[in-house]
Amino acid sequence: MAVKVSLKVNGKPASAEVEERTLLVTFIRESLRLTGTHVGCDTAQCGACTVSMNGKAVKSCSILAMQAEGADITTIEGVAKGDGTLHPMQAAFKEHHGLQCGFCTPGMVMNAIDFAKGHPNPSEQEIREALEGNLCRCTGYHNIVKAIGAGARAMAAGK
Amino acid sequence: MHAFKYHRPSSVDAAAALAKGEAKLLAGGQSLVQAMKLRLASPSDIIDLGTIKDLAGIKSDGKTVTIGAMARHAEVAHSADAKKAIPALAALAGMIGDRQVRSMGTCGGSIANNDPAADYPAAALALNATITTNKGKHEADKFFKGMFETALKPGEIITSVTFQVPKRAAYMKFKNPASRFAIVGVFVADFGGTVRVAVTGAGPAVFRQADMEKALAAKFDPSSVAGIKQKADGLNTDLHASAEYRAHIVTVMARRAVEAALK
Amino acid sequence: MGAPLIGARVERKEDYRFLTGVGQYTDDVDLPRQCHAAFVRSPHAHASLKKISVAKAKAAPGFIAAYTGEDFAAAKLGGLPCGWLITDVNGQPMKEPPHPCLAQGKVRYVGDQVAIVIAETQAQARDAAELVEVDYEVLPAVVDGAKARAKGAPQLHDVAPDNTCYVWAIGDKGVADAAFAKAAHVTKLEFINNRLIPNAIEPRCAIGAYSRADDSYTLYVASQNPHVERLLMTAFVMGLPEHKVRVVAGDVGGGFGSKIYLYAEDVAVTWAAKQVNRPVKWTSDRSEAFMSDAHGRDHRTVAELAMDKDGHFLGMRVKTTANVGAYLSTFASCVPTILYATLLAGQYKTPVIHCEVTAVFTNTVPVDAYRGAGRPEATYVVERLVETAAREMRLDPAEIRRRNFITQFPYQTPVALLYDVGDYNATMDAAQKLADVAGYAARKKASEAKGKLRGLGYAAYIEACGIAPSAVAGSLGARAGLFEAGEVRVHPTGSVTVFTGSHSHGQGHETTFAQVVADRLGLPIESVDIVHGDTSKVLFGMGTYGSRSIAVGGTAIVKALDKVIAKGKKIAAHLMEAAEADVEFDKGVYKVAGTDKKKMFGEVAFAAYVPHNYPHDKLEPGLNENAFYDPANFTFPAGTYVCEVEVDPETGMVKIEKFTAVDDFGKIINPMIVEGQVHGGLTQGIGQALLEGCRYDDATGQLLTGSFMDYCMPRASDVPSYQVDTRETPCSHNPLGVKGCGEAGAIGAPAAFINAITDALGVKDMPMPATPLAVWQTLKNKKAA
Repeated sequence: MAVKVSLKVNGKPASAEVEERTLLVTFIRESLRLTGTHVGCDTAQCGACTVSMNGKAVKSCSILAMQAEGADITTIEGVAKGDGTLHPMQAAFKEHHGLQCGFCTPGMVMNAIDFAKGHPNPSEQEIREALEGNLCRCTGYHNIVKAIGAGARAMAAGK
Repeated sequence: MHAFKYHRPSSVDAAAALAKGEAKLLAGGQSLVQAMKLRLASPSDIIDLGTIKDLAGIKSDGKTVTIGAMARHAEVAHSADAKKAIPALAALAGMIGDRQVRSMGTCGGSIANNDPAADYPAAALALNATITTNKGKHEADKFFKGMFETALKPGEIITSVTFQVPKRAAYMKFKNPASRFAIVGVFVADFGGTVRVAVTGAGPAVFRQADMEKALAAKFDPSSVAGIKQKADGLNTDLHASAEYRAHIVTVMARRAVEAALK
Repeated sequence: MGAPLIGARVERKEDYRFLTGVGQYTDDVDLPRQCHAAFVRSPHAHASLKKISVAKAKAAPGFIAAYTGEDFAAAKLGGLPCGWLITDVNGQPMKEPPHPCLAQGKVRYVGDQVAIVIAETQAQARDAAELVEVDYEVLPAVVDGAKARAKGAPQLHDVAPDNTCYVWAIGDKGVADAAFAKAAHVTKLEFINNRLIPNAIEPRCAIGAYSRADDSYTLYVASQNPHVERLLMTAFVMGLPEHKVRVVAGDVGGGFGSKIYLYAEDVAVTWAAKQVNRPVKWTSDRSEAFMSDAHGRDHRTVAELAMDKDGHFLGMRVKTTANVGAYLSTFASCVPTILYATLLAGQYKTPVIHCEVTAVFTNTVPVDAYRGAGRPEATYVVERLVETAAREMRLDPAEIRRRNFITQFPYQTPVALLYDVGDYNATMDAAQKLADVAGYAARKKASEAKGKLRGLGYAAYIEACGIAPSAVAGSLGARAGLFEAGEVRVHPTGSVTVFTGSHSHGQGHETTFAQVVADRLGLPIESVDIVHGDTSKVLFGMGTYGSRSIAVGGTAIVKALDKVIAKGKKIAAHLMEAAEADVEFDKGVYKVAGTDKKKMFGEVAFAAYVPHNYPHDKLEPGLNENAFYDPANFTFPAGTYVCEVEVDPETGMVKIEKFTAVDDFGKIINPMIVEGQVHGGLTQGIGQALLEGCRYDDATGQLLTGSFMDYCMPRASDVPSYQVDTRETPCSHNPLGVKGCGEAGAIGAPAAFINAITDALGVKDMPMPATPLAVWQTLKNKKAA
């Protein structure tokens, strides 16, 4: 049966009629056509679907769209400034080659931004632990770890 | 995922009235939604507890810490009250899944699900918790019945879990390298005179290790448990760990938990 | 122009779109009127198909159509072809059982496609697929390569008795046996090179579309080589002319080999699109990927190394059983032969090598090339043998390598390859220094003081990249050419679009190739864009695998650039009224030697497109050139890896304390990207050795590691930060001097890791993956022994 979901996505109201079994990620990708949020697994391990929900990084593949009713969602498309300038975390990923195929990247960045809010100057160990829920098959994490450290410090410096 | 009917009740009573037949309660959804996606669970109805007020919150009165059923793992991990009263409990919440999962997953959901490899049941059992529901109270010792089985009756909904504050405690988790669930998790809690040791991941459901409890009650020291062998009979065997290996790891984790508790 | 672009750490041109969520992966494409497909897959490893009924599915909401193997047979769709013919020891062609897109008569592995079901939405397609009733008669299954050849083993294919695809060999057995007969010491090992599941984070996806207007098809697909996919699909399966089929592989989220192949799903959605006259989309979920993406490795090997009393290698004998799965995937046959046995010389002057490979069918997912493809398996054989030999002969493991390194080039190995250049002592020296091998003893002591075991292991790998020249590949059985194509389109105002047959799915070609082009033409990199992944835009392509993109694809572009520059020289000579021989091109400027006359590249391009003053009698207008490049030889990257581990003997937990990689990739275009490739390769190699292993249930053939809950992918906390460096001996036979870097890490890492952990544990061998359980068990067995 179709039900209506209304929430805020990237600062704007968004609503759509969906089947009750619709996942938040499906709502974002298919109803809103915001395809930067990806699906890489079906057991909530890869983290490619990570978005910010009410200020917290969550896995949008593990949440029903209905559970997000009224929520404030930010997806990767809502991270850069309006003029296209990259967010400091995005810029750090670019500078440190923290991405290759780019498929896990949106989830990595969304989780990293949330993590950095509580860790303005994280250690390598803290970063690696914070990536428990994000899989990357390309980079070996080396440059992602570097990027997140630099991005967190840039965020703290208000860049 | 199979189709279902979605409900968003505004009170526990309303939720309880809906919880019959093949209906399922949805707390954080970090286990249930996965099972539904893989079509391993196909409930007729989903009763979302997410908007029911007064199921959240963390309170401490010095002797106990009470965690609302819908308190997220991340909230518990970061709660100043929880960290002060029972640091091992906050630490345990911070070891569940990953940080995204911890932002959604709930204490009540984890305890109601009673996954044999979940962390919270170990805390509940070792910290002699009381599980409060809309129908009454359960002692942890009588709550965890078996694999994915609890004392909850149909229509019974956990509202909060109250953990006793120990003198000292620690949780040691040996993770499954793939899933990051516990291959073995041992929670040791010293209440001064009595000691409770709960083991998760190793068997079909969380259990207390009586020999270790006795030895630690006599002397709360790593050496007291280092020589105690857990029996392998009845423990789980899978790709990642044999029963024999799990039994061995129970002793190692117990000893390390005691070391950590003494630090 | 500023600093040289070759060798510069240029940030990637592709990153902005990936970082802002506007990449276009196949699943991001939605076509008007699109419907969705789901596949009915066999739940059994081996069964006869008795009856398939779609009656109930037809009644499901949103149902559009369903097709089975019978429908495909009636439509005369061919089976999936294998692209490499191996000739066996008796001179007979390998056994090639039919590989139907949808099962016919029998299913042969869990996940084998039985039917395609099409409905309005993905959820409806999956609902309807569940309602397809299939009557299976379950047959006994065999999943283990060695057991498949045993007497009485279940037989998969009538055309392949004893489940044997081929027995193939290289090298002179008699000479090898003679070398062993006079050996002072023989080191022998038996091991399994574990089966892996590639798990690119983007699951496969395919959208077929059909136009009645011109009877043409378009396939959007997550592929590493769209032209090869088109060639195989049109010529071998669907019997269509190529000009009626367009294949688009836009942004692809990682491949690692698994997206090279023509898969049944690609054919099925393309064919079905015409039947339902609507675009048909299929997106794999991860569970499906585990049982339908081609797997990698899966060798059982017995290997021996003969030495004289001083540890000089006299000969090597290797016997391998390669499990190719239920059917031959696109390149399955060449991986355990041509890409494996030819690498067994490694970096050493072993005078004689004999290798026999038996390829067998089992009730498992087809096995094909996975990052490294044959070369990791070969390196594992060589480097495990060498390290073990050093320990047995009480020689320093670096010293035994140095005693046997090839130092004179070119060097003809006894297993067909001709190494052009290399300096193995240089990478060994650098690796030992960077890894601080000198300080190892103190670190080991410190570990022991904590009750931990510490070990150090080396791997000195070599790989062969490019998978070319075509003539050689053809003589070895390749059914395709292995060149690459490129086109340089200079626009009237001097900016450039380059079309390449290589495909980027993480490698950063849009940047690396642009660096090459901008550097050669003296343009800012912003003036160069790279286009790939669309058969309607790119002239032709063999695609990206075997670390071939820069060496083969990059060279094709350079050849086209040479033509552009040469034509520009003629135009410039005309414009400057000079003899062509006097015109020089340097950093974007055509100059007349010895004068101050010059024309900018852009001016010359403009003249080519606005040819008012133009040598029309000698030249066509325009500035657009293409080239096909077929290399003279493979390239041979090589290097030394050093792994240092610490083991918790109580739990079996292993921590990688240090991992050092010094590679010789020849000339490097973008060191930042190259380092990234090494990091990723190392992590996949460490994944194989420490974490990953596909497991099937022996009795039922069920896939036990069918999700990330059981198949252990490397996470950030499993691996260290790496220490990487390079040494450079430029490739002698391509103009850039490049060799390729994509697979090295995955090739060298497993042996280095297992050499380290066997050192730590004080055991001869340790099976991969070295999970805590396996390490603990190994220590326990050692104590008992």
